[in-house]
Amino acid sequence: MASQAASSNKQPTKFQRWWVRSETSRNIWVYLFPALFVMAIITFIPLLYQLWMSFTDYGITNLRWDSALPNTVWLKNYSDIFSGKLAAKLPNFNFWRLLAFNLFWTFTNVFFHVILGVLIAVLLNQKGLWFKGFYRAIFILPMVLPNLVIAAIWRNMYDPNYGAINVALQNIGGLFGIPPEQFIIRWLDQVNQPIPWLFPGMPLPLSYFALLFANMWLGWPFMTVVATGALQSISNDYYEAANIDGANSRQSFFNITVPLLRPAMVPAIMYGLITTFNLFNLIFFISGGGPLRQTEIMVVTAFNLINGQRLYGMAAAFSVLIFLILLGLTLLTNYVTRATERYDVS
Amino acid sequence: MYRKMGLGRQLLYQLLCLFITLTVLFPILWIVGMSLDARDISRPRELFPPEISLQAYERVLKLPTNNPVTFAQLALNSLMLAGGVALFSLAIGVSCAYILSRFDFRMRRFVMLAIITVLMLPAIATLAPLFVMLNRVQIADFNLRNSLLGVGIAMLSGALPFAIWNLKGYLDTIPTDLSEAARIDGASYNQTFINIILPLATPALAVTFFLGFLTGWTEFVLSWQFLTQPKTFTLAMALWNMVGQYSGDTPWSAFAAMALMVALPVGIVYLLLQKYIVSGLVVGSVK
Repeated sequence: MASQAASSNKQPTKFQRWWVRSETSRNIWVYLFPALFVMAIITFIPLLYQLWMSFTDYGITNLRWDSALPNTVWLKNYSDIFSGKLAAKLPNFNFWRLLAFNLFWTFTNVFFHVILGVLIAVLLNQKGLWFKGFYRAIFILPMVLPNLVIAAIWRNMYDPNYGAINVALQNIGGLFGIPPEQFIIRWLDQVNQPIPWLFPGMPLPLSYFALLFANMWLGWPFMTVVATGALQSISNDYYEAANIDGANSRQSFFNITVPLLRPAMVPAIMYGLITTFNLFNLIFFISGGGPLRQTEIMVVTAFNLINGQRLYGMAAAFSVLIFLILLGLTLLTNYVTRATERYDVS
Repeated sequence: MYRKMGLGRQLLYQLLCLFITLTVLFPILWIVGMSLDARDISRPRELFPPEISLQAYERVLKLPTNNPVTFAQLALNSLMLAGGVALFSLAIGVSCAYILSRFDFRMRRFVMLAIITVLMLPAIATLAPLFVMLNRVQIADFNLRNSLLGVGIAMLSGALPFAIWNLKGYLDTIPTDLSEAARIDGASYNQTFINIILPLATPALAVTFFLGFLTGWTEFVLSWQFLTQPKTFTLAMALWNMVGQYSGDTPWSAFAAMALMVALPVGIVYLLLQKYIVSGLVVGSVK
């Protein structure tokens, strides 16, 4: 194309030659411009502004457009977070416990999602299973409803006196002659730990298990859908060959199904980890982080710092920490998915 | 798998599937049953109410919460926010996604990394700076932070990288033959983009729009923090008002009706688009 445009009689000037040669790169930047410009203004500048805010005591008095700038306190916000001095304003706050719980929450949830998701996908992929289409249609339902609504419904179901869970338990217990008073369980705000020895050093209240259960309900269908897609692309020949070689079905599962599912599941797991790490809606709507902040994750704490406490500088420091942790997780994700891209069986 | 299953195994699997079906349907049946309860008590406790009526829906349509705002106004606000943000992010994101998917240039890795990094950030991680920055934009009585426009701008901050990434994932799967042929035939960059790529990407655009819409439709964090005037409230905020800390007097039938009316429209569209959405999510996260 460059030659077409330049094939005039006159010798082109230096500028004209550059203009023609740079057609592609000029177009590239014109096409990129709108999105990058908007992102610069509403995302990258705020992120830099946030970094500055995290070194100040930005508070409610600095909010108005004509109010004074906040005082610079340098690293005080960060040291208050790490040392736990923030607990003076945010009762029961402990950064290291919060971080540990957040990671624990993420990994336990995704673990169950993947196990349940793959097992149910394999179940649904059995040859000759009746009503397959019906089950597939039903099992997708938790995915299609907005998770905010689902969280609201689960909160309602965990109500100690009238919620569906306790009522169901009372009805089932009634069949065995257990009095209904036994099942007025305060799922979301009981402070006593049901299994105190499970993870020493990390309090896991009943509401953790309630949240885990609700999120299990919410999370496995996505893994099932991903696994089903991958299962259907596994050729039957492998199983036939394994069968001829005398492999039983458990051996086929671990030596054929699992390795061939891996390339599809790894990105889904990474996606699940990042989503679960930031799963604000579910925790805020069901337990609100309670009791005693024991089920709070970092995004919930950051929201409370802004919404309740109005400590914008402190919240900014907190958000910078979330940003750094997620950056680490993102780079890890990138590394792991790259590593599996080269994973090739056939 | 390979062998055909016998009757005993079939029955065992059917039992398992039925059990899973039950666990999936239970919360949904609970909420549907509650929303249809005719007794007008504040805390119904049966899965199937003895008498059904639509009065809870009627009540919610009139005045869902204690705030002076109707369901129609809430839905309109959510619709404008979700639709506007999704449409705008698509409009300015698609050309960027096209370049990232098809062209190599210096800085490409840097641009991609910048977008992924922002993509992983939850809305809360930029809540504080956006709140104070938008709050400083005050024109007479109009405060940008305390308006749907301000919430929309803040939501765009998360929606735009998502739209770019999702569209890039889809565009990667469109074969390059057609656009190359068009280039050889002398089509300009703009002609190739508008006449070849955009028509091929229509399903991807539709799905990305819908996913962006879905996020906006139930967006809670930003709108709850930014908005204080009842006439600008959104559906998600009303839902929280009905279930949250100070919701002791909300009849559960009304809450259930509200939850269903928020979830059903998007749920049905999701079901229709399901096939494309799932493949897109996976494609998007692989690359």
